[in-house]
Amino acid sequence: MSLLAIKGLSLSIGDTEILHDIDLTMQAGEIVAITGESGSGKSMTALAVMGLLPNGSAPKGAVLLDGTDILQTSEPDLCKMRGNAMGMVFQEPMTALNPVQTIGDQVAETILIHEKTTKPEAHRRAAAMLERVGLKVSPKRYPHELSGGQRQRVVIAMAIALRPKLLIADEPTTALDVTTQARILDLLRDLVREFDMGLLLITHDLAVVADVADHIVVMQMGRVVEAGQTHALLSNMQHPYTKALFEASTHTVQLPVRTDSVRLLYAKHIVRDYPMPRQTLLGPRPQFRALDDVSFHINHSERVGLVGESGCGKSTLTRAILGLEDVQGGEIRLDGEPVFTGKHPNLAVRRKMQVVFQDPYSSFNPRHRVDRLITEPFHLLETPPTGQARADAIAKALTDVGLSPSDASKYIHEFSGGQRQRIAIARALIIEPELIIFDEAVSALDVSVRAQVLDLIADLCRKRPLAYLFISHDLSVVRTVTDRVLVMQAGKIVEQGETETVFTNPQHPYTQTLIAAAPQLPALGMAV
Amino acid sequence: MSRNLIIGTALTLLFIALAAVSFIWTPADIESLDIPNKLQTPNAANLLGTDHFGRDILSMVMMGARTSIAVALVAVGIGMSIGIPLGLLAAARHGSLLDEFIMRGNDLVFAFPSLVIAILITAVFGASAVNAIIAIGIFNIPVFARLTRGAALPLWERDFILAARVCGKSATHISIEHILPNITNLMIVQGTIQFSLGILAEAALSYIGLGAQPPTASWGRMLADAQTLVSIAPHTALVPGFAILLMVLGLNLMGDGLRDWLDPRIRVART
Amino acid sequence: MIRYALGRLTSLIISLIVASIVIFAVIEVIPGDPAAFMLGVNARPDTIAALRAEMGLDQTLITRYLDWVTGLLRGDFGQSWTYKTPVSELIADRIWVSLPLAIYALILSTLIAFPAGIYAASRRGGAGDVTIMGATQLGVAIPNFWFAMILVLIFAINLRWFSAGGFPGWDNPFQAMKSLTLPAIALALPQAAILARVMRSSLLDMLGEDFIRTARAKGLSRRQALWKHAVRNALIPVLTIIGLQFSFLLAGGIIIEQIFFLPGLGRLIFQSISARDLIVVESVVMLLVFTVIMVNFLVDLAYAAVDPRLRTKA
Repeated sequence: MSLLAIKGLSLSIGDTEILHDIDLTMQAGEIVAITGESGSGKSMTALAVMGLLPNGSAPKGAVLLDGTDILQTSEPDLCKMRGNAMGMVFQEPMTALNPVQTIGDQVAETILIHEKTTKPEAHRRAAAMLERVGLKVSPKRYPHELSGGQRQRVVIAMAIALRPKLLIADEPTTALDVTTQARILDLLRDLVREFDMGLLLITHDLAVVADVADHIVVMQMGRVVEAGQTHALLSNMQHPYTKALFEASTHTVQLPVRTDSVRLLYAKHIVRDYPMPRQTLLGPRPQFRALDDVSFHINHSERVGLVGESGCGKSTLTRAILGLEDVQGGEIRLDGEPVFTGKHPNLAVRRKMQVVFQDPYSSFNPRHRVDRLITEPFHLLETPPTGQARADAIAKALTDVGLSPSDASKYIHEFSGGQRQRIAIARALIIEPELIIFDEAVSALDVSVRAQVLDLIADLCRKRPLAYLFISHDLSVVRTVTDRVLVMQAGKIVEQGETETVFTNPQHPYTQTLIAAAPQLPALGMAV
Repeated sequence: MSRNLIIGTALTLLFIALAAVSFIWTPADIESLDIPNKLQTPNAANLLGTDHFGRDILSMVMMGARTSIAVALVAVGIGMSIGIPLGLLAAARHGSLLDEFIMRGNDLVFAFPSLVIAILITAVFGASAVNAIIAIGIFNIPVFARLTRGAALPLWERDFILAARVCGKSATHISIEHILPNITNLMIVQGTIQFSLGILAEAALSYIGLGAQPPTASWGRMLADAQTLVSIAPHTALVPGFAILLMVLGLNLMGDGLRDWLDPRIRVART
Repeated sequence: MIRYALGRLTSLIISLIVASIVIFAVIEVIPGDPAAFMLGVNARPDTIAALRAEMGLDQTLITRYLDWVTGLLRGDFGQSWTYKTPVSELIADRIWVSLPLAIYALILSTLIAFPAGIYAASRRGGAGDVTIMGATQLGVAIPNFWFAMILVLIFAINLRWFSAGGFPGWDNPFQAMKSLTLPAIALALPQAAILARVMRSSLLDMLGEDFIRTARAKGLSRRQALWKHAVRNALIPVLTIIGLQFSFLLAGGIIIEQIFFLPGLGRLIFQSISARDLIVVESVVMLLVFTVIMVNFLVDLAYAAVDPRLRTKA
């Protein structure tokens, strides 16, 4: 008998059909990955297995865990199974834990709910479990004292404390750095082997699937389009959607060759310190060095990548380049002019730079229409265009990014994530800057939409001389869309050079770790 | 348009109408006393009865509505016109000494309930409707300042604010162009709440004699006069009390309805 | 934790100092000549001069302020002009009515509001929730002094369960509490309505949080997740309201005293205002503000006890 057997699962919430006829089987000791883009229904399937569907759901079919049909089991019995026979780990580790309880208490709670044991005994087992998942901090700590990766380990400890038969992990590493992700995936693999557990892994990242999963199930719009043993399926994809997904995940663009080698932006020996809260009542304020002797340059029409993990100083560097904040040492110049003079940013220089941000849902004022949104940079011009000239500029910016001029009169909520990023790019291009900073600009997009935006960026490079700084934690994206790359760690640039060179022959140990940690899609073509 | 909004707006408009009409006409003149006619229960001549001086209670309710609305409205005006800019300023300069200063100032004013402010003011300047307005208004300032700051701070973290800064806009410009329009809904709802609280506060101050002075009619004053008569002529106490209750209830329902209508983010419990 | 407490303590002291300066400025500076103000327009110049000397008005503002503050710290609240007795004596008896009343009302309010708010949130949208929300809408709209009048009408005059007013002193604690009960209920119910709504809203916010989902995935039932995880987190924002509530209860109590003929600070203040006895007003206001600031300080400390994030501010 299979550990998990989903048969003909269909689900509607109200009038909307979310899942249609899902079939899936899984054995103990196996890792099965459900993959697909947003809206595919992967998370709903996972919630159905846990019996945690939202109110108003009407599921049909059967979900059998070791023979017991979850959909027919009463809620009190389900409570007995959750945390005991099956456990679940969710995506956002930062908000997954109760902020006012110690981590030891929260892990012990799983034990105390299901087994008749004493509190000291439960705490002892909880401490052992926290150690087993690789957490080297005291169980008396509170969640806010831990990093994202550490919190995720606590969540895993809570989920497996009673050695469940099935562990479900819904995008467990999406919010984590690449190196942390590698370690968490290793941990999950170890636990599966040691406990002979089944792991149902939900992820949108095909590379992670290829690295980790025995079986893969591809979902699109609430249906399973293809399923099978991972390597067999990836070597011989049948369904067009699977092929499209794979192509988008490994999408590369061809950038036009650049010929310019005149310096555009250069940064020399930048130092940026932040004051930290005082440790003693009257002592000096300690300084945190966010940027430590950073030097680099970008030429006209050059496309430079910046990779690094959270806390390395990427966002600080972005703000320093834009002249939003002053630096404590060194200088930054664009076309020879400093970006920050005296106590003020140099707006004449800022005119030549623009930014595209990560979150398409947070980059626009929800109360303004598109025409007002994309003309905000006109504030930097001495004589902004008005009347017909303004309308022409708006129309051109929108058509350049693949939208239509009539979109100018709509509100931002009428657009999808990918379209919003196009509008963000239109906003960045409208005053024809010489340098654009893409700050994780494609990281929040679905894989297929991401491919389209990368194509757009390549297309824009062909139409006009465009230099950009492309910041991303996704190494495969950086590899395809940049000429040179900078690697940052703890406020320093540890390595820089031609993109291909750095990726194929990394010199610095950190770069080597980073590249080794990034999951790879099999050599069907493009691996990282 | 929820039921709350409809009922609430209807009640509020009713009282505003009563107050407005009172400028032109009331069933009787409240400044003339009619002692022989005192303490009549509701009848054809006096729809809501008469008080201990023979004055028509309906007329007094209408004139009292004027006082309550005027005081509460101006007090909200004071609170908003000073509190909202302060809150925006504090949020724009978050973490600076100015922010600290404004927050401490808020806390300080919160330590003085509006009654205590009224006591301080009336001890020195005497009791009047204007002083009641000032007392209630002063207390409204930190309410709006704190609310504005609290709503503005998360907005400052959003990328579209950073985009505006990249485009060279100053903190003041951003506060007015981007922050303010996004907190308007919250301010409208809070405004109706503070309005209703102002009605209650005005009634309390008039009741103890620190508000509008006779012959200006006020519901609180009516209740004070009725206190000793509550067992022999309960309508003298019940009518003004119900007036206050209904007006405040109407405003609160309208505020709730507005909140749901303007910002329909329905919270769903996870499981 | 120590740093947080010290920070709050510094805040407390600064608030007290600034509050005292404000009160001093309003009472002793704004009227121009406080002595002339107190004695009225018909007073003779030599009476005014005598009072000025007695009040020490010839000294500089700073000296007068410092004298006043040091006097307060010693327990010397000055001499009342109208009663010719030390203000501290006038206050001592009366504060033992006003303060217990406010605390009694606070306890009642919390005891009613918490279960109501939690119940309403846990049965969201159901009949119980709708009823409680309706009741709180009404409760929030009722003027507390009018409610007091109605309570007197029903419970004292008609049913005769309670006396209609008066306070027998603390010699018989049970009788004393009984005489404070109707007033406390009148104060407590409208505040309980507000508190119940805040509790419900805070709890509903918590129930939508991720860590509740984690708790359910561990095997906790809805009820267990509510009580073991949601409620404690929901208390944090509710604590702020309780601090504010105390100041409203203290102020409201002063008004309610009129209806129940309680010998608290209320009557003292209002008579002093009519009599223009600025010295009494000044001291009583300072005392009220001091109490409110102290209670807020205690609430701040309670915060740190409930929310560990405040204890280890990195």
